[in-house]
Amino acid sequence: MKITYITADGTETVVEAREGDSVMQVAIANDIDGIIGECGGSMMCATCHCYVDDAWAEKTGPQNDGESDLLDCAASETKPTSRLSCQIKMRPELDGLVVHLPETQL
Amino acid sequence: MSRIVIVGTGQGGFQAAASLRQEGFEGEIILIGDEPGLPYQRPPLSKAYMADGMADRLLLKPAAFYERASITLRERTRAAAIDRDRRVVTTVDGAEYPYDHLILATGASTFRPPIPGQEADGVEELRTLEDAARLRQRLADTRQAIVIGGGFIGLEFAAVARAAGVAVTVLEAAPRLMGRALSPEMSAWFLEAHRAMGTDVRLGAGARRIESADGKVTGVDTSDQKVIPGDLVLIATGVRPNVGLAEAAGLTVGNGIVVDGTLLTSDPAISALGDCCSFPLPDGSPVRLESVQAAVDHARHIARRLVKGTTDSYAAVPWFWSDQGKHKLQIAGLGTTADEVVRAPGPDDQPVFLLFRDNRLVAVETVNAAGEHMAARRLIGTPKAVLEAAGFGLKQALNAAKAAPPA
Repeated sequence: MKITYITADGTETVVEAREGDSVMQVAIANDIDGIIGECGGSMMCATCHCYVDDAWAEKTGPQNDGESDLLDCAASETKPTSRLSCQIKMRPELDGLVVHLPETQL
Repeated sequence: MSRIVIVGTGQGGFQAAASLRQEGFEGEIILIGDEPGLPYQRPPLSKAYMADGMADRLLLKPAAFYERASITLRERTRAAAIDRDRRVVTTVDGAEYPYDHLILATGASTFRPPIPGQEADGVEELRTLEDAARLRQRLADTRQAIVIGGGFIGLEFAAVARAAGVAVTVLEAAPRLMGRALSPEMSAWFLEAHRAMGTDVRLGAGARRIESADGKVTGVDTSDQKVIPGDLVLIATGVRPNVGLAEAAGLTVGNGIVVDGTLLTSDPAISALGDCCSFPLPDGSPVRLESVQAAVDHARHIARRLVKGTTDSYAAVPWFWSDQGKHKLQIAGLGTTADEVVRAPGPDDQPVFLLFRDNRLVAVETVNAAGEHMAARRLIGTPKAVLEAAGFGLKQALNAAKAAPPA
């Protein structure tokens, strides 16, 4: 399955993902600029903030418990489609997912 | 400055290299470490990795990153000596790496107390990916594990082992768990939590000798002279900073390599960061922290100084986490000198402890309460009276502070 990352300057990168990987893990493994994931997906930071593309927001679902509290501390503005990418786990319905990356994570 | 050498390929050494490039350093960066492979995250070794064994998820960055960022990685390469006069690091294979600035990110190593019998097969430690891979493989055939040391690593491992159906005994010589880092109240809460997981936790119980038969571990003889049977023993009695290289080079060393507020050692051409360094808190008292947060924030601070010439003192609020079963412990601040502990309201009746010293908030310990933890990071230093006025609710206090910023 595939994920498309679009950075703040409009650069698009399409990469391959495995079921069960988080959108953060796939970004790190593919050296995508714009996602840091400092705590490794432990919900301890907000450096893997992304905006789910409007067309996918319903499929990825709402923020998990505690996620909004972390997003309050994100470096870039948050939107209704803001998620921590470590909390989006890939599954077949998300094949083709498009996420937009904020200007900065720090 | 044209050449920066970093010794240590843990998360701090890696971050120093990455941050130097992010800040715009255009010279040569050489990252030297004795472990094999690309730099990886250590925290999951006793958590997610111990459960799922997925090593590729541990990498901090793929190989392509080092190429793209022109970071020369010398893995499996142990630094042997620092010649400070010539500004050269020598490695055990005889190679010389000249530097304009040197960053020591040598980390820490497992401390093995002098317990007889440790050479037996089945006695393990948990610090590196190699350790974790071996331990994980062994766990699959283990019926009864004995963990010596009731600190973070030992208890995280105990929780994973219990979840895998292994019988677990934890021996802690001190009267409480994680005593070096937690309030007595939170220690007590976790004692109950581990007992509820089915772990046999014994406090005030030191290990006298590791028993074995035919070279294989069979149990541990404890200080109350009872032998606990077991086929796996994990030594988790803490770590010691790796200061040998610095000490031999004549740098000032205490409980770690001593650095000033800007994270420079006693030699202005050498910085140190993370687990291996002892740095001053804003009040001047020295501290050494074993955490990703300190390693990463130190690395960023040093990179800014070297590239941008900043001279401010390091002052980041410490934070830490530990996943033990379904309980995520989060700590903001440093509570070791606290003189008062207040239990605050938390979500779903989860424990939230506020630690005060001289009526100011110095640390907050929470379990499964990310919102309270994130609020706590911004509230360290707040007078107790201000928090009391908000009913000790951290989110409420933070909202009140936002609504009426201090004059």
